[in-house]
Amino acid sequence: MKLTDIQSRVHSTFFTEHQKQLYQSLEDKHTTIEEYDDGDPLTTKMVLNMGPQHPATHGVLRLVLQLDGETIEKNKLDIGYLHRGVEKIAENKTYQEFMPYTDRMDYLSPYSNNVALCTAVEKIAGVPVPERAQYIRMIGCELARISSHLLWLGTMVMDAGAISFFIWTFKEREKIYDIMDRIAGHRFTVSHARIGGVANDITDEATGAIKEFMESFPGELKDYHKLLDRNRIFFDRNEGVGVLKTEDALQFGATGPTLRGSGFALDIRKVFPYLKYDDVEFKVPTRLEGDNLARYYVRMEEMHESIRIIKQCLAKLPRGPIRTDNAKQAYPSKDEVYYSMEGMIHDFMMTDTGICPPEGAECYHAVESPKGELGYYIQSDGTGHPWRLKINAPSFTNLQVLENILDGEMVADTVVIIGGVDPVLGEADK
Amino acid sequence: MSLELSETLQTTVNSLTEHFPDKIIEVYQSSGDTFIRIETDAVVSICTHLKNELHYIYLSDIFGIDRYTSGERFEVVYNLLSLRDVARVFLKVRCEEAAPEVDSVTSVWSCANWFEREVYDMFGVTFRNHPDLRRIFMPEDFQYFPLRKEFPLLGIPGSIELPGTTPDKD
Repeated sequence: MKLTDIQSRVHSTFFTEHQKQLYQSLEDKHTTIEEYDDGDPLTTKMVLNMGPQHPATHGVLRLVLQLDGETIEKNKLDIGYLHRGVEKIAENKTYQEFMPYTDRMDYLSPYSNNVALCTAVEKIAGVPVPERAQYIRMIGCELARISSHLLWLGTMVMDAGAISFFIWTFKEREKIYDIMDRIAGHRFTVSHARIGGVANDITDEATGAIKEFMESFPGELKDYHKLLDRNRIFFDRNEGVGVLKTEDALQFGATGPTLRGSGFALDIRKVFPYLKYDDVEFKVPTRLEGDNLARYYVRMEEMHESIRIIKQCLAKLPRGPIRTDNAKQAYPSKDEVYYSMEGMIHDFMMTDTGICPPEGAECYHAVESPKGELGYYIQSDGTGHPWRLKINAPSFTNLQVLENILDGEMVADTVVIIGGVDPVLGEADK
Repeated sequence: MSLELSETLQTTVNSLTEHFPDKIIEVYQSSGDTFIRIETDAVVSICTHLKNELHYIYLSDIFGIDRYTSGERFEVVYNLLSLRDVARVFLKVRCEEAAPEVDSVTSVWSCANWFEREVYDMFGVTFRNHPDLRRIFMPEDFQYFPLRKEFPLLGIPGSIELPGTTPDKD
């Protein structure tokens, strides 16, 4: 069967123009590919629509795969099913008002997103952040990284065939949720960082819970290693699958663990240190193979490094204020709001207008989120609302890599490769 | 405004002014980031130079800005990273409202593909020689460019076909 004209066989009923162009684009991809002989049944070609509602695509990712037998000949990704226009929303909100939306971007690590926005706003408006708040933020970010990597691990191993593993990693994630509850008052969408600091101080109860987790978690990680590192099935499913070659990694714009799995030690925490990352010791794990297994090792080692960072942060955690004490730049503390007139006026003004960076100022600040470089570009027009706020989302960048590495793989490996690249569609679709 | 450039960025700016003396419009800094505004027609040659001679091998992002002015309304910004020298620089080009067009840099960095599609989707800036210029978030049936300033926050009623709330009849 020749597939020279996909569109005459597909009868789209919805977004017809969109479907038409997507299939046309699939047909046009690698137009140099040879036509196979018609008679041989082993070379049957078909177009497979995977997603957007597919349990293994980690959200609403749609893949249009052209198969030759079981091999993916070429593919196109269709994203945007979760597009909410957060950048447009940001232009109509104050900086602090926009923060809850960042929780819902990469919903697996809300804390990193909050910090990314806050650091960018602090950079453009020149807001100082007390040291204690910076350490609390680092603890939150690293916990978010562990939580995100645990979800990746659980789902990726589940995609490779082991269902029970998912429950074990979720047992640990549950503990992180409980810690987040104690730190921020929310389990999932924490919104704990504030411009100029954090919302509330870390309590002894929360510190105790983190310390307890730090004691128990390395043991769990050891168990995961024991189960997977010599596991024949896991190796066969992941070794040499979804290879992103070192020379292609930068060309395709990979970021985060996907890039580090291909041999580049690009970690924003090391390259452009923010918060107090230059005061703590940690390594940037890298691998050279670029396959799914390499990404597995990189993320596992990153979890070990995160534990190291949190331990150092807890040891170094200085005393002091948790938010800058300048009512023109940050929210006053609740004590002031409830018991003094100025405090209440300032609280009202912060909510109403918020912080106003200088007119015409621009800035870009990136943090290393669990998925990679998460950057915020802000252009100000002098009011409390950003003129333009652009989010450089790591999942978006990595999905483009996915489109490039899927060609030539087996269709059964698709879900494992998606799992290995670890996209979050809430972030990719903005 | 005087510039406080680091050594690598100074080398970058010097090299660019030497090779493209009439294509660099301005170099400025804001909040510690360095922006270089260049002529729109020179974007591919300057990007090639930056990548091959000055080692800006990593394209982190491309995004658009609607300046909402009568002349040169749209701005496209390239976020470049040099891994060897650990430096980040932003290239800016501007284009007119009537037919916003910029040359595609997909030939220099292939990851520009999706970034440029996003700029096209959100602002309607088209990229010459782009291999696959389709909308990326919005469906092709959509007629508007949502991040332009005149597009209302609540959207335009009827501009997008929505699925029915009842099961299909046929």
